[in-house]
Amino acid sequence: MKDDRKLRILIGKPGLDGHDRGVKVVARALRDAGMEVIYTGLHQTPEMIVSAAVQEDVDGVGLSILSGAHNHLFSEVIRLLKEEGADDITVFGGGIIPDDDIMKLKEMGVGAIFTPGDDTDKIVEWIRGNVRPRG
Amino acid sequence: MAVNKKEDKEKGDPNVIAREKARWEEEVLNKFVQKNPERPERFTTVSDAEIDRLYGPWDLPDFDYLRDLGFPGEYPFTRGVYPTMYRGRLWTMRQFAGFSTAKETNERYKYLLSHGTTGLSVAFHMPTIMGICSSDTRSMGEVGKCGVAIDTLADMEDLFNGIPLDKVTTSMTTNAPASILLCMYIAVAEKQGISSSKIGGTIQNDILKEYIAQKSWIFPPRESMRIITDLLAFAKDKVPRWNTISISGYHIREAGSTAVQELAFTLADGIGYVNAALKAGLTVDEFAPRLSYFFNSHNDFFEEVAKFRAARRMWAKIMKERFNPKDPRSMMLRFHTQTAGCSLAAQQPMNNIIRTTIQALAAVMGGTQSLHTNSLDETLSLPTEEAVTIALRTQQIIADESGVTNTTDPLGGSYFVEALTNRMEEQAFDYINKIDEMGGIISAIENGFPQREIADAAYHYQRQLERGEKIMVGVNKYVMEEDSEIDTLVIDESVEREQKQRLNEVIKKRDNAKVKEELAKLKKAAEGTENVMPHILESVKAYATLQEMTGTLKEVFGEYKDPGYI
Repeated sequence: MKDDRKLRILIGKPGLDGHDRGVKVVARALRDAGMEVIYTGLHQTPEMIVSAAVQEDVDGVGLSILSGAHNHLFSEVIRLLKEEGADDITVFGGGIIPDDDIMKLKEMGVGAIFTPGDDTDKIVEWIRGNVRPRG
Repeated sequence: MAVNKKEDKEKGDPNVIAREKARWEEEVLNKFVQKNPERPERFTTVSDAEIDRLYGPWDLPDFDYLRDLGFPGEYPFTRGVYPTMYRGRLWTMRQFAGFSTAKETNERYKYLLSHGTTGLSVAFHMPTIMGICSSDTRSMGEVGKCGVAIDTLADMEDLFNGIPLDKVTTSMTTNAPASILLCMYIAVAEKQGISSSKIGGTIQNDILKEYIAQKSWIFPPRESMRIITDLLAFAKDKVPRWNTISISGYHIREAGSTAVQELAFTLADGIGYVNAALKAGLTVDEFAPRLSYFFNSHNDFFEEVAKFRAARRMWAKIMKERFNPKDPRSMMLRFHTQTAGCSLAAQQPMNNIIRTTIQALAAVMGGTQSLHTNSLDETLSLPTEEAVTIALRTQQIIADESGVTNTTDPLGGSYFVEALTNRMEEQAFDYINKIDEMGGIISAIENGFPQREIADAAYHYQRQLERGEKIMVGVNKYVMEEDSEIDTLVIDESVEREQKQRLNEVIKKRDNAKVKEELAKLKKAAEGTENVMPHILESVKAYATLQEMTGTLKEVFGEYKDPGYI
């Protein structure tokens, strides 16, 4: 029956930029779509995000980054999740991220990157198709 | 002759117009609409304000030219703050720029100045904006990415190397550490042999909108206000030509507000600063003429023009009625405008040139004093040199080719524009009254009121886009499969290494005992009531790092953390 459990998604804002319009819109849309959303607030370090993800026992982590520091911040979150033995948590994200970097991030293990113009239904659909409730 | 006079009188009679309007609706309009239905059911602005089919004198029943508009350069300044507006002087074309290291940004400034930019505008990278140094672990991956890295006075010296600070004006986009960066600028001017009384520019220094929208803060709101009132007191003697706060609606709009919310929350912040400065013992005319505003210009042309006109009239009324200034300049709302970054799309990026042109035109028709036009590639990366040149040329074509600068407030008297201006003013004052009832803007921020209102508006707009009720060309209509082939600017990872090295060199060379001594004085001033600014200036001159200074102040003032309202 565990597939009936509501998906738990941590929405995080790592790094220093304060642009949280997109992240808040996404958080609301996921809630409206019936998911449980934990929003970290701004200015989180990768350590803070991973520790919240483990404590809250989430199924997916979505990161929003607009400052250009995405390569560093995504790789840190993925590394730390592995270190915690929690690399079955699906990581995805969005922001102002150039195409070349999107490919690199996917190779690194990021499930999907959404950019401005993508609608929230697409994000919800992707999460439903790709994030599995953890046992 | 008598007959003509009677006809003339009848023509302007509201009853006659109402009768004629009813006739037109019945005989002409209704028949037409039956055969040719209108396109959507609702016609609305970008902000979702309902727009009527036709505007006329019936929309302005109490219109009083002298009271509501008056003449440009006179209260209530609806038609502009200067009597001749762009016939006398064009707006300042100020392109926001900053990336990588100070040395590299210095080259971009020289390039922009040689292409007709008339004012510089500094974008700082995120660590500087948050008051931390490039060497801090939290800065990893961020150095030089969204702006220029400034850690100490040495970086500021590099940034303005070879640029005489008495010949340009500079706008610095920084808030939480504004006092420190202004002191760095003063120190650079003094090193160039230029007295601080001769330098001009603007420092954003608008911390209230940070809690509301842009979210780059260091200290809690009330402590931040203490630093700002210290800055106002210091600047009136030390840098009298400096615009000490640029009260910013730009970021409020970018965060997803409506045009009315942008207007209301920005002016409410303005009231907050005036109240704080009066409480700190300044008189209104000592600082109010140096306050300026910064607005967003979005796609809805008339809504934006109306917003700018309403803003001027509202500020004039607010100042006159609440604070009773003697100097008319204290009632004048001067403003910088930036076209709406949030309106641009990564899809079909060339379309962004057209969006920006419409927005820039609205800003000019609205009477802006200074303008930044966004570059077409900004949804993908920082602007390339080519993209930023097109953005600047957009302003120059409006200024020199379009003819819209030939007369003052060209849309004044348009039934639609005047009706919209009145309505926006009324709705914005409703918000301001609500904020007054909450005990002012700081209490409203502490309650999360503006933050929630904006988040609601942002979500509403996003849903409208997704349902196709709002159109974005190339995004939800006229979509094309495409590969983005435009060039983008990439900041090399080596910048971070270089910047850390630069910082280490400065720290090695400086007199550490002197730094310690100045920081101790700064801390003592912060703990008491003495103005902190002279001590920041002395710390800056001793090459204290940005983080050492903000760290010292944090020990006294504490830190602000995001409450994370969704």
